[in-house]
Amino acid sequence: MNEVSETRAAREEKLQGIGCRRKRIEDIRFTQGKGNYVDDLKLPGMLFGDFHRSPYAHARIRRIDTTKARALAGVVAVLTATDLKPLKLDWMPTLAGDVQAVLAGEKVLFQGQEIAFVVATDRYIAADAADLVEVEYEELPPLVDPFRSMAPDAPILREDIADKTEGAHGKRRHPNHIFTWEVGDREATDQAFRVAEVSVKQLISYQRVHPSPLETCQAVASFDKIKGELTVWGTFQAPHVVRTVGAILSGIPEHKIHIIAPDIGGGFGNKVGVYPGYVCAIVASIVTGKPVKWVEDRIENLTATAFARDYHMTAEIAATREGKVTGLRVHVLADHGAFDACADPSKWPAGFFNIVTGSYDFPVAHVTVDGVYTNKAPGGVAYRCSFRVTEAAYCIERAMDILAHKLGVDPAEIRVRNFIRREQFPYHSALGWEYDSGDYHTAMKKALEAVGYQALRTEQGAKQEKFRRGETRELMGIGVSFFTEIVGAGPSKNCDILGIAMFDSAEIRVHPTGAIIARMGTKSQGQGHETTYAQIIASELGIPADNVMVEEGNTDTAPYGLGTYGSRSTPTAAAATAAACRKIRAKAQMIAAHLLEVHHDDVEFDIDSFRVKGMPERVKTMKEVAWAAYNAVPPGLEPGLEAVSYYDPPNMTYPFGAYICVMDIDVDTGVAKVRRFYALDDCGTRINPMIIEGQVHGGLTEAFAIAMGQEIAYDEMGNLKGPSFMDFFLPTAVETPHWETDHTVTPSPHHPIGAKGVGESPNVGGVPAFSNAVNDAFAFLGATHIQMPHDPWRVWKAAEALGLQK
Amino acid sequence: MAKTAISLTVNGEKVEALVEPRTLLIHFLREQLSLTGAHIGCETSHCGACTVDMDGQSVKSCTVFAVQADGADLRTIEGLAAPDGTLHALQNAFREWHGLQCGFCTPGMIMRAWRLLQENPHPSEAEIRFGIAGNLCRCTGYQNIVHAISAAAATIAGASKEAAE
Repeated sequence: MNEVSETRAAREEKLQGIGCRRKRIEDIRFTQGKGNYVDDLKLPGMLFGDFHRSPYAHARIRRIDTTKARALAGVVAVLTATDLKPLKLDWMPTLAGDVQAVLAGEKVLFQGQEIAFVVATDRYIAADAADLVEVEYEELPPLVDPFRSMAPDAPILREDIADKTEGAHGKRRHPNHIFTWEVGDREATDQAFRVAEVSVKQLISYQRVHPSPLETCQAVASFDKIKGELTVWGTFQAPHVVRTVGAILSGIPEHKIHIIAPDIGGGFGNKVGVYPGYVCAIVASIVTGKPVKWVEDRIENLTATAFARDYHMTAEIAATREGKVTGLRVHVLADHGAFDACADPSKWPAGFFNIVTGSYDFPVAHVTVDGVYTNKAPGGVAYRCSFRVTEAAYCIERAMDILAHKLGVDPAEIRVRNFIRREQFPYHSALGWEYDSGDYHTAMKKALEAVGYQALRTEQGAKQEKFRRGETRELMGIGVSFFTEIVGAGPSKNCDILGIAMFDSAEIRVHPTGAIIARMGTKSQGQGHETTYAQIIASELGIPADNVMVEEGNTDTAPYGLGTYGSRSTPTAAAATAAACRKIRAKAQMIAAHLLEVHHDDVEFDIDSFRVKGMPERVKTMKEVAWAAYNAVPPGLEPGLEAVSYYDPPNMTYPFGAYICVMDIDVDTGVAKVRRFYALDDCGTRINPMIIEGQVHGGLTEAFAIAMGQEIAYDEMGNLKGPSFMDFFLPTAVETPHWETDHTVTPSPHHPIGAKGVGESPNVGGVPAFSNAVNDAFAFLGATHIQMPHDPWRVWKAAEALGLQK
Repeated sequence: MAKTAISLTVNGEKVEALVEPRTLLIHFLREQLSLTGAHIGCETSHCGACTVDMDGQSVKSCTVFAVQADGADLRTIEGLAAPDGTLHALQNAFREWHGLQCGFCTPGMIMRAWRLLQENPHPSEAEIRFGIAGNLCRCTGYQNIVHAISAAAATIAGASKEAAE
């Protein structure tokens, strides 16, 4: 055999398996403009839908008149709540156990809320007709400030549930209160604070932002009246769940609903939920009998679909004088907008915020989260992070810096003193998690050495002296962040979406020639799944990755899965992929043994072949075995070579990392320039280092955007300020810093290949690194905490507040 | 709405069409000519996903009317590879350097880079960053895009040097 006589290294290289910087399969079509995105789809007779939206944040609807809109040539239908009501689709359930109006009938609760859906023969006419819908309003006082939501005189927003004292997550104390979520030991934590030698307390706000993938949310719905079948092509990060929920809501049997997520132009959490546009496109297709396309524009996307964060966190740390932490107490006021459409596993109203003890060995901790309604768009999605993990990481990483500053201890040193030690893993946190693995001290040491941390602090000290002497107007900030993520939801005992356990799946078929088709329940939005899943299969089965085709996103062909978000694809579907491969390999071993005429215990797998133990010249390649699977299986064995795996992870994974940001700030302009950004990530086994680095670059850029400028801001009337890319900060290549990446490898002990997931780490760890750098620059002048975003104007204002402006 | 006749060249081919005066060039390309490579990301000319080349300039086709392209010579991502299917150096370099992830900004980004390299065949990193500042990418953080453009510039320079020799 030629293939076997090659060197082992050559055979491994040919596979392009785990660890290989394999070039992406997806890029071949994307670089030629041959991607297949929703808006590229053109069906015969297709109509276009567009919304009429509310200009007010809070108003009663007196009358909706669609006469003029309907009269416009080319308009086929105009839907309002009145049309949806008989179908019981004027309201829809949210992932968080609340309901959301699909089209507002009696009241509008946020600016941009959907009121009427106009369907026309082309998108220009639909837009014209949307403007012709006439609505008479009675303005109501808007509630914009979440700190006022539960005031006795606050306007009641949700009249539909005003008298309900019990919500999906327990008692409600006020008509604008959604839930209180509590975790940890209140009594023991209070006691830790009573006896604490030192404590700090700070309100740390994480402003409302938006994931804004470059492709907005969109769908094409096509209902076949004859067959009673509905097909929806859409921007769905979780297509299977959309189908199940669609079946429950519409009454169309699940097998007659076909959900197809084609190429997706970025998701970042924006495309997990179900939005009124999808529902209206489906209803419009049923009503008109024609395919209906809905494509939101950018202003609609920023205004109405899926904000993120808006967490107002009061963090307290108790510690000894030596800087050893003894307790953590956090209260969060969570602004959920007009409907609780938070995209979390159903039993977790504040996501996994209880990862807020971070990388530190807190003996006790206690967290409460209060969710409240305001007259703002619904959402609360996990924008490039696992559920509420970036909020938690920001909270603890800022609070640790504040503690360090109070004690006069270096920020890196305070972290090192409190890290969970390597020998403590698996580590049970005070807030209930079991951290699977970690080696924080090694990672931190590597990071500090890589940037020359001590020299940077010395330089900073000298600069501070110069600043005090009036010789410079530039400040230097060093931001240290050490984050621990919790990703890969999740064990079905903990996590479900509307009752569906959060496992994931892979179905792999090896064809006679050794070519493989693999399908997963996840859905890439740019992460490169077609490339990386194939690498896992290559390593597990010994078939070159180039011979593997990976498919996702079609609910008819892909096995049931919960989709891609919360960095869950690698912890769940990649694990399922390895598990399915191992089932295939076990059968292949039986076939190989049969071909080699030995007992199956006497053969072993080696890179790409089975060989008889102790007789390396007696070999059958996996390719040969694949052929034999279709014509020469041993007696009693079924032909064929395929397997499916539904993988319910035993635990989540806990990627971690050390990020260091060096920043120079011009006090007179407020402009902060990132001089250096070093990111060390430990995501366990590295499947494709090129893709990991790309994920880190992208996540850091989003973190930079959030920390240094992004904000979905409202005025006191609930008007959204600047809902376009003119105002909402997306950095260009000019502002974006250069990224340095590095890594350590601490494999997950429970994952079949030891991988942990990485896509969201840079966002989670990046935001505190930037914010800590800004705060660090001003700390020696007496600043304790400067709120994000750190755009030049706010930085200038912070300097002014410290008396630094002349 | 009354339609206007336009005549233009798209990727080297003569095109004659009737368009409404208000039809945007991006919609004309995507919906009438089925050239779906260029995308719409913002409709306000910030993101550059719709970038195509018109008469030797990069334009954001979401803010150009189709009627303004009457008589123009247009090139889109679909017209970048050689007629025999050989990919352009930029297309290869974007893949080689992992200069794309979701692929949505890519056609616009590559077309902008294509024009940039004609304006400045040997750009520095800073010049590349400035040169693509009208094109937003949400996935890559630009670093690998900059590498890719730089690498493509070197490849093109190498090829033309070879041709000259």
